[in-house]
Amino acid sequence: MEYVSPEGLRLDGRRPTEMRQLRAEIGAVAKADGSAVFEMGNTKVIAAVYGPREVQNWSQQMSDQALVRCEYSMANFSTGDRMRKPKGDRRSTEISLVIRQTMEACILTHLLPRSQIDIFVQVLQADGGTRSACINAATLALADAGIPMRDLVTSCSSGCLNRTPLLDLNYVEDSAGGPDVTVGILPTLDKVTLLQMDAKLPTDAFEDVMQLAIEGCKAIANYIKEVLQENTKQLECRRGL
Amino acid sequence: MRNLQLSLNQTQKVRLQKALEKLESVSSKSNPNSCVTVADNIPIYEDGILKGHGTSDRKGELVATVCGVVERINKLIYVRSLRARYKPETGDIVIGRVIEVAQKRWKLEINFTQDAVLMLSSMNLPDGIQRRRTAVDELNMRSIFTENDLVCAEVRSSQGDGSLQLQARNQKYGKLERGQLLTVDPYLVKRRKQHFHHLEQYGIDLIIGCNGFIWVGEHIDARDKMLVDQVNDSEQPITKSDQNSMDLDEQDETCTLLETRQNICRIANAIRVLSMLGFNITLEVILETVNLSNSLTLDIHEMLGSEFYVLVAESEAERRILSKRKR
Repeated sequence: MEYVSPEGLRLDGRRPTEMRQLRAEIGAVAKADGSAVFEMGNTKVIAAVYGPREVQNWSQQMSDQALVRCEYSMANFSTGDRMRKPKGDRRSTEISLVIRQTMEACILTHLLPRSQIDIFVQVLQADGGTRSACINAATLALADAGIPMRDLVTSCSSGCLNRTPLLDLNYVEDSAGGPDVTVGILPTLDKVTLLQMDAKLPTDAFEDVMQLAIEGCKAIANYIKEVLQENTKQLECRRGL
Repeated sequence: MRNLQLSLNQTQKVRLQKALEKLESVSSKSNPNSCVTVADNIPIYEDGILKGHGTSDRKGELVATVCGVVERINKLIYVRSLRARYKPETGDIVIGRVIEVAQKRWKLEINFTQDAVLMLSSMNLPDGIQRRRTAVDELNMRSIFTENDLVCAEVRSSQGDGSLQLQARNQKYGKLERGQLLTVDPYLVKRRKQHFHHLEQYGIDLIIGCNGFIWVGEHIDARDKMLVDQVNDSEQPITKSDQNSMDLDEQDETCTLLETRQNICRIANAIRVLSMLGFNITLEVILETVNLSNSLTLDIHEMLGSEFYVLVAESEAERRILSKRKR
């Protein structure tokens, strides 16, 4: 199937190096310490952060750092076919682990000893790139909860179809069976915290695809920064003196 | 942006927007561009600075680790985070909920990263006598506070491992009854000399805890009821009829008047509105909001309608502009 037309347009009308529209909203869950909704095109994810709070399971308490937990789930209505998935299926366990590790790398856990941070992410609409959308939403929610972090983590996926590197795959492109690289970076430190790839990819092509994903991550980082800055400013000026 | 979950009609939307813009213009003149987000650089204007909370050092540059406002005090630079959990300081007055009765101590939830500890020994006994706490006292701990009770206390110290000790060595601290608790973001509460307020015109006690827990309850005169009991004990044994009349008195005491309940709800709703709008919560602003609702003869439930939110935002904008002019 032709995923990039001769005119250089993709199935949804984007250019190969174009990202879907981003939208972020902070403060979607009233009772959570921090929360956010993050949209990349039709992919929509909600994240809520609770904590730092007292560790629930006493045996898991660590005296030198915080315990980070993450739970990923997909709403039943998020995909086209309404499937009832068991809660602890392998896919969601794996993604929970990935998100937990990525977020743990950026949270300054040593500042919050004997406490626990819970991150809950749920996919409301799935259209490819849910993993990256979840990480971006979790970053926003953590920043909203006022948890100290080394840097923001942003994530973006890219792939290679018809020998063209494509940024931010949607569901159709994702399920085409081509390589799919999900990258998570710390934008100001220029460090990679997450790199996942399905399928095979020639080494020379990988460089291009990876570079493209990093560019995407940086663009997302800029957007997230803007949203956070605006939010902080608003909170401060509303509070008054 | 943190949006209000309100259904506003078009005019209300415009008015709210205008009021918020006014607020922005008032505050933006006082502190330009001091808001930072995670991993933003903080400009340093002098040498030998001290880096405080919310900052970290990266290759000689100072970067923020939380979103907030940069504060510079002499050589100290720190980031005051906005929406975060409560950061305790010794001497703060806090309100907490008992979640566990443990050995010689109560564990209290106070919106901190850990549960706070209130030791039996750092609290006045009901009989008011200073003495060593015995095993009997320990067994009777549930008669003082049980699970889910609300307790007002003071921060005594925070230990090296981050745990927090509370104390309640005064008659004004202790169990809170007959009222309601509101939780707001702790950054909206400013530390002041006075956190206990007695609103005489409403007959209400208002305790603004530094941890963002706010208590609105019926005014209780003196909490040294125990002293009165002691006097009674020393006198001759009470006759049957006396006891009956006492029971009636007690019933009277335990029942809160309708008017007081309405006042409690009105003040609580005023606080809810202010915290939803993200305004600083002080006694003056709360009373002003209550007066505004009274002057409009709004019902208590109408205070949570969208129109009142807009009105409060507008009056707050006016108030801040006025207070700015005075300065």
